[in-house]
Amino acid sequence: MRRYCWAAAWLLAWALPALAHVDAGQSSGFLSGLLHPISGLDHVLAMVAVGLWGAQLGAPAIWLLPVTFPIVMALGGFLGLLGIPLPGVEVGIAASAILLGTAVMTERRFPLYTAAALVGFFAVFHGHAHGTELPAGDSGLLYSLGFVVATGCLHAIGIAIGAIHRWPAGRIALRVAGGGVGFAGIFFLWRAIG
Amino acid sequence: MKPLRVGAAGREIVTVLVLASVAPQAHAHLLETGLGPVYDGIAHFALTPEDLLPALALAVFAGLRGSDHARRAIFVLPLAWLLAGFFGASAKVSLPDALSWAPLLVLGGLVAADFRLSVTATTALAAALGLFLGLANGYAMAQAGPGVRGVVGIVGAAFVVTTLGTACAVAWQSGWLRIAWRVVGSWIAASGLLLLGWSLR
Repeated sequence: MRRYCWAAAWLLAWALPALAHVDAGQSSGFLSGLLHPISGLDHVLAMVAVGLWGAQLGAPAIWLLPVTFPIVMALGGFLGLLGIPLPGVEVGIAASAILLGTAVMTERRFPLYTAAALVGFFAVFHGHAHGTELPAGDSGLLYSLGFVVATGCLHAIGIAIGAIHRWPAGRIALRVAGGGVGFAGIFFLWRAIG
Repeated sequence: MKPLRVGAAGREIVTVLVLASVAPQAHAHLLETGLGPVYDGIAHFALTPEDLLPALALAVFAGLRGSDHARRAIFVLPLAWLLAGFFGASAKVSLPDALSWAPLLVLGGLVAADFRLSVTATTALAAALGLFLGLANGYAMAQAGPGVRGVVGIVGAAFVVTTLGTACAVAWQSGWLRIAWRVVGSWIAASGLLLLGWSLR
């Protein structure tokens, strides 16, 4: 037995590094990214509100806003990754829910590029929050891809719900939903400041 | 003194310990399928988003621009990929991994913006992407063991994916479908921008 133990110890000392840790965290990275935007109600409501507002505004805003949002959100994530501080991230996220919810509630129609700029401005805050929260050991690219896809799906859900806008009762329901998002935003703001 | 008796279970445990201790390098990132180097290359391509996503983005971009762009892309990309792969494997030359964000950002951005380019420019893009990814794959495959046969597997898979991608983009681009492709492009560009952030972190 002693011989076996010595042999095992000797071979263990000569063991090569396994390298199994290289590129580890692929699937968990994607799932972490996918779950991150839907783990916070503030993110969820703001993303869905972008889709609702796009559906209310119609073409071309209905597709311009969901194309603009991920790219500008990635810019916010980029700043977060580089450690560049962005003051009032939580306040910005809460404000996005308030203003987007209000826009849906009042059926506010801004010029196309003003709407895109408004959505893009708030996307920076959401992206910054995502960019600073990568779990250790996860794949950066797949985490990024996961949270971008999840964000896009939340926009799509908002657009799908916004399809009720074509019916009179649906328009009222949509405005009520916008009011709900706005009130939730006020709660998030109170929590962020308090 | 009573000699120590080692039962069958003890011997098995020691044998397992010995075998575990002499385990070779795992190369988990280059996935060994057990079916040979060509299949290892195919599996590597399918499971590596840094290779798969730019190829898909180029396919969508070329497909959205039309059949003539698509035809050029599906032949130029694999050819450049193969040549650069052979060169990378034999000359042990590669490009820094930190640049893997660039094709995602550029090609995803072109798809998102529905940018209009000439056929020559699309061909140049396909060649540049093939050279970039081929060098990286050739070097990696030479280091990991599959060598040039692994590169052949990667290029074969890339050809199939690019052909299917361009076919889908050429066929499905009316109305909402074109917008859906552009949204996918914006997701790829956003991922590329974030990957740049990871590489600078």
